Amino acid sequence: MSEAYAAPDPKELRDHQIGGPELTARLAKTWGTEKGLLGALSTVDHKIIGRRYIITAFLFLFLAGLAAVAMRLQLARPESRLIGPDLYNQLFTMHGTTMMFLFAVPVMEAFAVYLVPLMVGTRNIAFPRLNAFSYYVYVFGGLMIWVAFMLNIGADVGWFAYVPLSGPEFSPGKRADIWAQMITFTEVSALAVAVEIVVTVLKQRAPGMTLDRIPLFVWSVFITSFLIIFAMPAVMIASTFLILDRLIGTHIFNPAEGGDALLWQHLFWFFGHPEVYIIFLPATGMVSAIITTFSRRRTFGYLALVLSLIATGFLSFGLWVHHMFTTGLPQLGASFFTASSMLIAIPNGIQIFCWIATLWDGRPIFRTPLLFVLGFFFIFVAGGLSGLILASVPLDTQVHDTYFVVAHFHYVLIGGAVFPLLGAVYYWYPKIVGRLLDERIGKWHFWLAFVGFNVGFFPMHITGLMGMPRRIYTYLPEMGWGNLNLLSSVGTLVFFFSFVVFLWNVVSSAKSGAVAGDNPWDAGTLEWATSSPPPPQNFDRIPVVTNREPLWAEREKLPVATGLSVENRELIVSTVTEARADIRETSPEPSIWPLLAAIATGVTFIASIFTPWAVVWGSAIVGVALIAWFWPKGAKEDEA
Amino acid sequence: MRLRIVSIASLVPLAGCKGWQSALDTHGPGATSLEKLFWIFLFILTVVWILTMLGLLVALRARRDAATDPLAVDATRERTMTRTVATLVGLTAVTVLALTGFSYAYQKRLFDRTENVLTIKVTGHQWWWQVDYEDEQPNRTFTTANEIHIPVGEPVRLKLEASDVIHSFWVPSLMGKMDNIPGRQNVIELQADREGVYRGQCAEFCGWQHAHMAMLIVAKPKAEFENWKNQQIASASPPSDDAQKRGEQVFFTSPCVMCHSVRGTSAGGRVGPDLTHVGSRLTLAAGTLQNTRGNLAAWIVDPQRIKPGTNMPLMQINPQDLDLLVSYLEGLK
Amino acid sequence: MRHDPVLDVSKLPTYGFGHRSPMWWGTLGFCTLEGMGFAIAIGAYLYLSFLNPQWPLSVPPPDLIWASLLTILLIISIIPNYLTQKFGEEENLAKVRVYLVVMSVLGFVAIGIRFLEFGRLHVKWDQNAYGSLLWALLGLHTTHIITDVVDTLVLTALMFTRHGHGKRFSDVGDNAFYWNFVVLSWLPMYALLYWGPRL
Repeated sequence: MSEAYAAPDPKELRDHQIGGPELTARLAKTWGTEKGLLGALSTVDHKIIGRRYIITAFLFLFLAGLAAVAMRLQLARPESRLIGPDLYNQLFTMHGTTMMFLFAVPVMEAFAVYLVPLMVGTRNIAFPRLNAFSYYVYVFGGLMIWVAFMLNIGADVGWFAYVPLSGPEFSPGKRADIWAQMITFTEVSALAVAVEIVVTVLKQRAPGMTLDRIPLFVWSVFITSFLIIFAMPAVMIASTFLILDRLIGTHIFNPAEGGDALLWQHLFWFFGHPEVYIIFLPATGMVSAIITTFSRRRTFGYLALVLSLIATGFLSFGLWVHHMFTTGLPQLGASFFTASSMLIAIPNGIQIFCWIATLWDGRPIFRTPLLFVLGFFFIFVAGGLSGLILASVPLDTQVHDTYFVVAHFHYVLIGGAVFPLLGAVYYWYPKIVGRLLDERIGKWHFWLAFVGFNVGFFPMHITGLMGMPRRIYTYLPEMGWGNLNLLSSVGTLVFFFSFVVFLWNVVSSAKSGAVAGDNPWDAGTLEWATSSPPPPQNFDRIPVVTNREPLWAEREKLPVATGLSVENRELIVSTVTEARADIRETSPEPSIWPLLAAIATGVTFIASIFTPWAVVWGSAIVGVALIAWFWPKGAKEDEA
Repeated sequence: MRLRIVSIASLVPLAGCKGWQSALDTHGPGATSLEKLFWIFLFILTVVWILTMLGLLVALRARRDAATDPLAVDATRERTMTRTVATLVGLTAVTVLALTGFSYAYQKRLFDRTENVLTIKVTGHQWWWQVDYEDEQPNRTFTTANEIHIPVGEPVRLKLEASDVIHSFWVPSLMGKMDNIPGRQNVIELQADREGVYRGQCAEFCGWQHAHMAMLIVAKPKAEFENWKNQQIASASPPSDDAQKRGEQVFFTSPCVMCHSVRGTSAGGRVGPDLTHVGSRLTLAAGTLQNTRGNLAAWIVDPQRIKPGTNMPLMQINPQDLDLLVSYLEGLK
Repeated sequence: MRHDPVLDVSKLPTYGFGHRSPMWWGTLGFCTLEGMGFAIAIGAYLYLSFLNPQWPLSVPPPDLIWASLLTILLIISIIPNYLTQKFGEEENLAKVRVYLVVMSVLGFVAIGIRFLEFGRLHVKWDQNAYGSLLWALLGLHTTHIITDVVDTLVLTALMFTRHGHGKRFSDVGDNAFYWNFVVLSWLPMYALLYWGPRL
């Protein structure tokens, strides 16, 4: 193998030749995004895209939250005639689909897109153009389903879209088509981001960041990315099969022609259960980061935490059948899934105990991020434990598809993912915006969210046990569920209001919050080694890592690597395990083609609902856009 | 912290979960053993939750100086913590194992099958339940809808099927649920220990009127049950008075007969519920309305207002004919 | 914070081959997720084949001739594919050009055979679930052949223009890697779809 040592161009300016503000300014010019609309749409800066990603995901959270509010108003009284079954079915479908596919997974990936390059000490994410493409694809997917909803052709078969209800016979029209294509479409984006994160973590870590020095948040999104890579193809295959059944008359799910309705459920839940951990694992990374910083102590049980992440990842693929305990599967098979579902309590337990131990031996500082993490403990542990009830085949036959399950997974997802996420926003907002969020409003936000959530969702355990099934748009007065439902509605309204408070905090603090400085929390990881918000190049010189918490270990001066170009977008590619600096690779320049390719993909997907031939001519257009994207333009890219 | 107590206190109303569709107000061996298992789980899980929260509470006391280097750790203390965490993980494993054991034991008990029992086929339709009583003698089989009568104290086998989309059969106070899946057949057994009317409801989302797809289980002593069965096997009784006779004419000249059957007459539609003995049923429209004269008339005149999306169409009928039609249907005891 | 230069990276190469290159890992990532897609689709096929008492449903299994020919072609193509990669690593532009052309031609032949095959199946996709899955699996694999052939064509074009140097040689290796995936993922499908029903 010939080693391609390019002799460094002696005229090219390198980062050991200058320093201070001049270096910062010149690098910012090299790595910067051009002004104007074209520049904004061509950007490949992971921070700009990450920020857009986060904001978009929160917009979808608000939309899905509004859908929830509408449902709670309808359910507040028995036989309410506020919302009919048609709209109600659309509302809960939009709520679930949006929360899972357009908020929870994307927001976690969005934080990863923003934070991972900073935390591993590199200048951009791997495959930044693919990253831009992923974002646009995600936006178009979300727009597609919400515009359809506004036009009153919103999907109405539930976020799980069970066949035959979602099949050609029982869901005529375009509603389920739009749902299925949106799923395939947005999963393209999730998968691409997962690959970017895996490669960024494997190949772009700062020199010296060996495997045991990777921050826990990075570990968590790294493992999550593997879960995405192994789980999401299942739902893409499933939604593709569904669209084939619906549009070109295949019989994959049609029992009359040798297909099977339960095949859909297997495919869907093979993805659907890991999905829960795809949402939850990044949140555990956020919890680890916040607990470490606010305990003023390095994380207890780092290795145990990493291993439990990996164990959870593996086990999450052995649980899917517990969503199907009432479908009449053979009892022996079902029992196996009880055992595996119970087993996952062990790695989760390890994590909880290690966090409590870290707090126990630390000096907890009760700022808003930690408050949200404490809320996480309170809610998530309850939700996790009620999950053991669902894991039991016999008990599941009583609580499955009732409000008990609704209560359970909101405890797990809101407690386990949204509370840590909100903590993470309070924690990293100063890095992203440069100003701190207001602490006083933050505490109001926390207590409203905490009280509202518990008042809203705890009673649902009881309504479920009292026999209330999920996904019913109304119920009879004599069922006796009225008061509990009213309480739930009041609680969830308070919970929704807490997000209004949050929005107010985010908007007002952007202008008038306290200036953050580089490291407002005196945290230990690399993202705090640069200014807030970080410059386009992230770091003026790439840090050399000597400790798991580099900024706690190196308080006087930061060890750095020198010799990268100031005029070209160079970054360090390192070896997989030891993170030895290996290659000075050039990172792609901005380009409009990812956007155009995303538009072409979007047009293809939408058109395919109306004519299957769209796949043929659409692929040709997408192909052209992709070739233009990869074709090197100009001298800089030719060297790349 | 105060909220923790509030939330524990709110568990108390659980004890008062009475209701005719409650998993905690049980009247059959299946549901009762499930309820027992539920309380075992709930007790263990609540203890675990409280202990975890207490641990967290204790952990929140500051143990370090503000000035301590966050990277510094005390080796002995680290060892103690490791031992404690390892012990707790071990305890978690034991708890999980115990819960799995309980679950298995009850699962086995729950799904044991008895032989030679009354067998009823329950088919889910959008949005009602077709009920077929099986019998070795073909002339003793019959079809009804949305109401299943069973003898008290005897296990009954239900064969669950679906004609269109997936439904789920669930009568919480007697037994856990099981899905009705097109192209498949599932079987459950249930038993009522006490006389009474138990309500159940479709538990798998099945479209527009998933909310109004209920059924009643009527448990009665064996002798009464046999009477009921014989009466159901019989064809429809002929109209007994003039109003009913004229109502019958209205019925047979209306579109009703396209979808509904009345055994012993020419009405043989298979789309909607069998009406042979509709007058003897407790409810209408799959447990949505009480079977009263007024409700019956309202349902016939405008089913889409009561169950928007239902397959029962809007029918033009003048008030006089409606009155007669209702008389006829009421007479189908 | 002050900087303390402890490492000089100015002498490092600007690109690398194989697992040294991020693109190689990216390709591996996509191969993994696409392989997972294949596995799931094959799982669906197996699931229905166990569920149905008769499989294939009411039609004879597909003829062996064209699929076997394609299989042989794909296996043989591994050799020129390997050579493309090898000459890429040696940065031998002339030979890389030759072998990229060879691989492009082989790719076109493969696509041609696959379309002949589609025309000769005994079942249509809308006939029954067996037909649906047979078409779906073959279709899924065909999209992968087409994707790699297009990629090969683009690389060939790059190599015949002024862009044919430096990191492009690394790209040639990654493209060859993806072709190996296309070939390897076909083998279990071939065995399952063509020999499975004959066992």
